[in-house]
Amino acid sequence: MWTYAGRRLLLAIPTLLGASIIVFAMVHLAPGDPIAAVMPAESSQAEIEATKKAYGFDKPLAVQYLVWLGRVAQGDLGRSIATRRAVILDVRDSLANSLVLALSSSLLAFGIGTALGLLAAFRQGRWLDKAASAIAVIGVSVPHYWAGIILIIVFSVWLNWLPAMGAADGGGPLAYLRHMTLPTVALALIPLGVITRVVRSAALDVLNQEFVLALRAKGLAARRVFTHVVKNSAPQIFTVLGLQFGFQLGGSVLVEAVFSWPGTGYLLNLAIFQRDIPVLQGVILVLATFFVLLNLAVDLLQTLVDPRIARH
Amino acid sequence: MKRVVTLLLALVLSLSLTGLACAQGTLRIGMTASDIPYTGGQTDNGFEGFRFVGYQIYEPLIAWDLTRGDRLAPLVPGLAESWEVRKDQPTKWVFKLRKGVTFHDGSPFNADAVVFSYESIKKKDAPHFDPYGSGQVSFRLASLTGVHKIDDYTVEFETNKPTSFVPYQVCYMLIVSPAQWQKVKDWRKFAEQPSGTGPYKVTRFVPRERLELEANKQYWDSKRRPKMDKLVLLPMPEPTTRLAALRSGQVDWIEVPPPDSIPQLKGAGFQISMNSYPHNWTHTLRLDKEPWSNKLVRKAANYAVDRVGICKSLLNDTCIPATGVVYKGHPWFGKPKEIYEYNPEKAKALLKQAGFDASKHPVKAVHLISTSGSGQMLPLAMNELIQKNLKDVGIDVDLQPVEWNTLLTRWRAGFKTADNEGLNAWNISWNFLEPWSGFGRFFHSKAVVPVAVNTMPYINPEADKLIDEAERTFDVPKQNEILARLHELVVDDAPWIFVVHDQNPRALSPKVKGFVQPQSWFVDLTAVTVR
Repeated sequence: MWTYAGRRLLLAIPTLLGASIIVFAMVHLAPGDPIAAVMPAESSQAEIEATKKAYGFDKPLAVQYLVWLGRVAQGDLGRSIATRRAVILDVRDSLANSLVLALSSSLLAFGIGTALGLLAAFRQGRWLDKAASAIAVIGVSVPHYWAGIILIIVFSVWLNWLPAMGAADGGGPLAYLRHMTLPTVALALIPLGVITRVVRSAALDVLNQEFVLALRAKGLAARRVFTHVVKNSAPQIFTVLGLQFGFQLGGSVLVEAVFSWPGTGYLLNLAIFQRDIPVLQGVILVLATFFVLLNLAVDLLQTLVDPRIARH
Repeated sequence: MKRVVTLLLALVLSLSLTGLACAQGTLRIGMTASDIPYTGGQTDNGFEGFRFVGYQIYEPLIAWDLTRGDRLAPLVPGLAESWEVRKDQPTKWVFKLRKGVTFHDGSPFNADAVVFSYESIKKKDAPHFDPYGSGQVSFRLASLTGVHKIDDYTVEFETNKPTSFVPYQVCYMLIVSPAQWQKVKDWRKFAEQPSGTGPYKVTRFVPRERLELEANKQYWDSKRRPKMDKLVLLPMPEPTTRLAALRSGQVDWIEVPPPDSIPQLKGAGFQISMNSYPHNWTHTLRLDKEPWSNKLVRKAANYAVDRVGICKSLLNDTCIPATGVVYKGHPWFGKPKEIYEYNPEKAKALLKQAGFDASKHPVKAVHLISTSGSGQMLPLAMNELIQKNLKDVGIDVDLQPVEWNTLLTRWRAGFKTADNEGLNAWNISWNFLEPWSGFGRFFHSKAVVPVAVNTMPYINPEADKLIDEAERTFDVPKQNEILARLHELVVDDAPWIFVVHDQNPRALSPKVKGFVQPQSWFVDLTAVTVR
């Protein structure tokens, strides 16, 4: 298993390099440039050119990319053009905030989604199954940024129960909890839908297998049958949970923008509009690394849970 | 009995007074900036940066008087008590500095601080040169070539030519504390613990999230010592987020509420503050190519646009119609011959006179517009209405929407690039705070791209003469007269489609008292209280 893990880790390097090249190319192919974005609107072309030179943005793209890569290899992600802060600090702070949201929304979605999915599978065709399916469909189809706006209107503007934006106002853990509630709910909707459906179908697959019939025929208690079904559908569920968690981490751009939640999604959004290339590259590189590691962790976890999945 | 009553009265009075003294509160502002403007002196994020960060933490030698809303904000003594140009050498300006002013770190303000601040912007080889801050402000100080100390409280600025525009440049140079910089020796660190002389000082800086400031109790101008204790600035680029934050009580003040939310906000008891200020929203036309090379067509377009309709139906009266570069009542407005009102019949007649015809030979043009952007108001909706207005008289405009940053980049490069060759105009909003921003950079033949931003290009010897004359005229009322004549000329030439002047709407919670919205891009927050 360790050789497998090692090989997967090595394979991650070309993946990350590829991701960084694609990001670099996309940012530079898009119209607009990083210096023009931070310079005042009134400044002239001549002034922009002078500043570009000072920042090294007049060099050929390949050179700029290699310079950046060389620094990354030494653990230096560079400095933000807009704030002149070290990118690593921005990434660290925002990643912490995003991880919190990803974890809380995943827990919420996994908990409710797994429960709903299993209940639906065991009550197939009954009203509970239909209700769970309805919730799943709504969860998957409602755009989460829209849900976020609705949540703000209801809970912040009308009821005034929860804050509409930001993380904590330096107000301690309770304030932080209050601030993360709405974005957590908004972010949990999609995985809730996905997980409910996947768990339901995975459990149904197992339920329809002959060994379940055999177990029941042997007169095994319903609770014990349930345990067997869960154990057998676990690998499939784990894969989806892992992927969803990855999506939660990287896919919260819209929700974070709606709630001004200072996470990686918000940072990415800012960096895109400011053409802040070092930040953009840094965030994406770190997120890509996370994604790769997460997939690896899920794979390894699967082999632990289900020894039948042989890895070479 | 009498004594008891007096005592009671005194008690009540003193209680209410102490109540007043501590209940001045915290003002939380939701800005449109996507980030906290640069705090290291020469700020960024355009004039919003100056408004909330630059002019609150720091001060210039010459400042804007922002205490009144009934007139255009004038320049008044700031950290300089007086200034004058040397009669014998009109390229030299002597500034007498204010005594007894200290920076937030306790060090004294003096001539050395002025020289230090100037060098941080202009002297590229100085150890304290700030490349980022310099990029933000250097071009606003275009005529200044040097400064030296005469004594501790007198400095002399030098300019590259005799120019009366010097005060309009010096007002953007913010004075930073040399002592604080010596402590940290790095502009990024300085920005995290900045030190100026302004009415507010920074207490907490959370990058990208919030900036907290507290009242500077030692502020030198006792009339402008802040009445509130604390000021909190929050970047909120999304209009809906700002609106929700205001309505849920997370902030007390937001910049630019969405126009369609204004009736609702008013109904819910919020204050909507508006005033004219030097802003115009225009289409800058390409003058070296058909169809806008024809003055009659340009005038026709100006008569075809229903400005009142745009302000009323689209923008809920958050703007006023523009019939020139500056608004009526502004000292540079003058008496233009043409007053561009909505008159489609006149527009059609002008087009006919120019040899165009709606059915057989329509006017065709391609205009580059933005999807959003600072000062751009509601570009898509407004441009669609303008497109329809123009279509009605026989001008077919193809609108090409791009992202704001892209529009700025393409505009700076001028029309004569491969990308821009097919274009006939761009839609960008401007400020006209001072003569160069208002006129020089657009209408002087020496300001053609890439030197400055005369992209059209507008070449008119008469305009050059008037701009140069205004620059040589040191008497402000006389200078205003010359600029009014220039404005009359420009309005008649119609190198732009003049559309609207924004009214800079902001929404304030009912708890916010004492704010006066000046005719300016900047604000004075010292008189504001929050109950």
